[in-house]
Amino acid sequence: MIDPAAFSWRFLRVWKRNLLVYKKIWKVNFLTPLLEPLFYILAFGLGFSGLIENVKYGGADLSYTEFIAPALIATAVMWNAFFETTYASFVRMYYQKTFDGMLATPLSLEEIITAEIAWSATKSAGAATIMSIVLGLMGFVQFPMGLLLIPLAFFGGLAFGAIGMYFTGITPTIDLFNLPIFLFITPMFLFSGTFFPVSNLPVWAQPFALAFPLYHLAELARRFSIGTNEISPIISIGYLTVFFLFFTHLALGAMRKRLIQ
Amino acid sequence: MDKIIEIQDLIKQFGEFTAVNEISFSVNRGEFFGLLGPNGAGKTTTIRMLYGFSPPTRGELRIFDMDIDTHFRRIKARIGVCQQENTLDPDLSVEQNLHVFAGYFSIPKKEAAERSREYLEFFALHHKKDAKVMELSGGMARRLILARSLINRPDLLILDEPTTGLDPQSRHQVWEKLEALKKTGLTVVITTHNMEEASQLCDRLVIMDHGKILVDGSPEDLIARYAGKNIIEIEGPDQALIEYVKEHAIEHDDLGRRLILYEPEGKGLNNTIRERFCNEKCIYRNSTLEDVFLRLTGRELRE
Repeated sequence: MIDPAAFSWRFLRVWKRNLLVYKKIWKVNFLTPLLEPLFYILAFGLGFSGLIENVKYGGADLSYTEFIAPALIATAVMWNAFFETTYASFVRMYYQKTFDGMLATPLSLEEIITAEIAWSATKSAGAATIMSIVLGLMGFVQFPMGLLLIPLAFFGGLAFGAIGMYFTGITPTIDLFNLPIFLFITPMFLFSGTFFPVSNLPVWAQPFALAFPLYHLAELARRFSIGTNEISPIISIGYLTVFFLFFTHLALGAMRKRLIQ
Repeated sequence: MDKIIEIQDLIKQFGEFTAVNEISFSVNRGEFFGLLGPNGAGKTTTIRMLYGFSPPTRGELRIFDMDIDTHFRRIKARIGVCQQENTLDPDLSVEQNLHVFAGYFSIPKKEAAERSREYLEFFALHHKKDAKVMELSGGMARRLILARSLINRPDLLILDEPTTGLDPQSRHQVWEKLEALKKTGLTVVITTHNMEEASQLCDRLVIMDHGKILVDGSPEDLIARYAGKNIIEIEGPDQALIEYVKEHAIEHDDLGRRLILYEPEGKGLNNTIRERFCNEKCIYRNSTLEDVFLRLTGRELRE
């Protein structure tokens, strides 16, 4: 089982390595979170505005763009963290043998994996920061409450980074990441109360949406940007915490099985 | 004598397959120790257990008089590893590779910068310090891996086939650097298929095959013991020669088209062969470690 002696602050060294690499292309990395919310708001705000009436959510009456803006931050958190610990981590582990090199140092496998998940969450937080500023300028995020979106993005990033790392531990080839993306990420992207309230779903489908971590992240994002939500934030925070711990545990086991032979 | 590595009845199994089968050996401080063997002999598996990458199935493995299971961090902090595959970080420059790696050992920044400069000089890579790792030639990449493995000033250096795939120039340069390191009193464990490398560098070596250690000794000692002093290779030996060899109980290997005779010192066999039995082509030469290796592990192809 997991040995507590395998964890130390040394994991920050691996996190720093990823930061160093990220800084080399930071301009490109900043472009996506800068432009993505603009595109969505333009498309949905201008294109959909005549088609969709106001959305009733958590007792409030919101314009459609007001409704989706916080969810855009939540989905960006998901994509950033999940892509980082799937494709990017897999490349480092399998093609670049970066982890093999690290394992010849005092670093433990547990520290490397923890650092990768923490790094993916950091990327999510970075993207969320820029998006919050952009959306804030457009009036979709209220400050100073909106500052809480940054730690929230890190927290949500941990959950999605952990499940991504678990898939990296079990996937035989990089192409097979299509499977969790198609079967898990995409439906979640669409059905987590992101683009329409979960209450619009048929009653039988609603519990499924509530099981999605993205639902809870979008809930919390709305709480921190416009001060409204459907269910208690305590439930959402609890759910994401358990989700993160559970998949981190699975990820560590899968990676140990995969790399230590 | 100060023991750096002590291995007793070490076993490594992968499922049903036993890769390392009850091997025992020890390495003294300051020794240049070789692990030789054909592909699949268990060399890399052994070495991976040494640096804590792969946990042993059974047996005892002590490094610096500590157990790798319970003291992996303290042991790994004092080991330098040059892995067989290129594990350099392609996302980083040459110099950053050393800086970041030093970070994994918690070496302070200033110290890391000094050591990087020192080792880039030593391995003649200073002019490439800002290059991308992908742009390095095979020889340069190998030298950078060596530089990286020294960044923590290890008490034990582990080299897994450090010159495989290099051109002769690069190979000799790596040997020269390893000779220089040896003079500093560094303890080194090396695996190789290159017999010239092993004879030149190793104070002592073991030859492994099928997960077992076959022999243990210094290169000179092993050559004298298993391949005599001189070798005579005879192409197309005739019946008369074969009978002569049997009659005089001369150590030999009969390969059909070719007969190899192992001649102990001062028997004057050379002349007899030259005068009486050399019909086609005969080669007279000194015995080498390669002869020992082939005699002990056989001549069949592996893999």
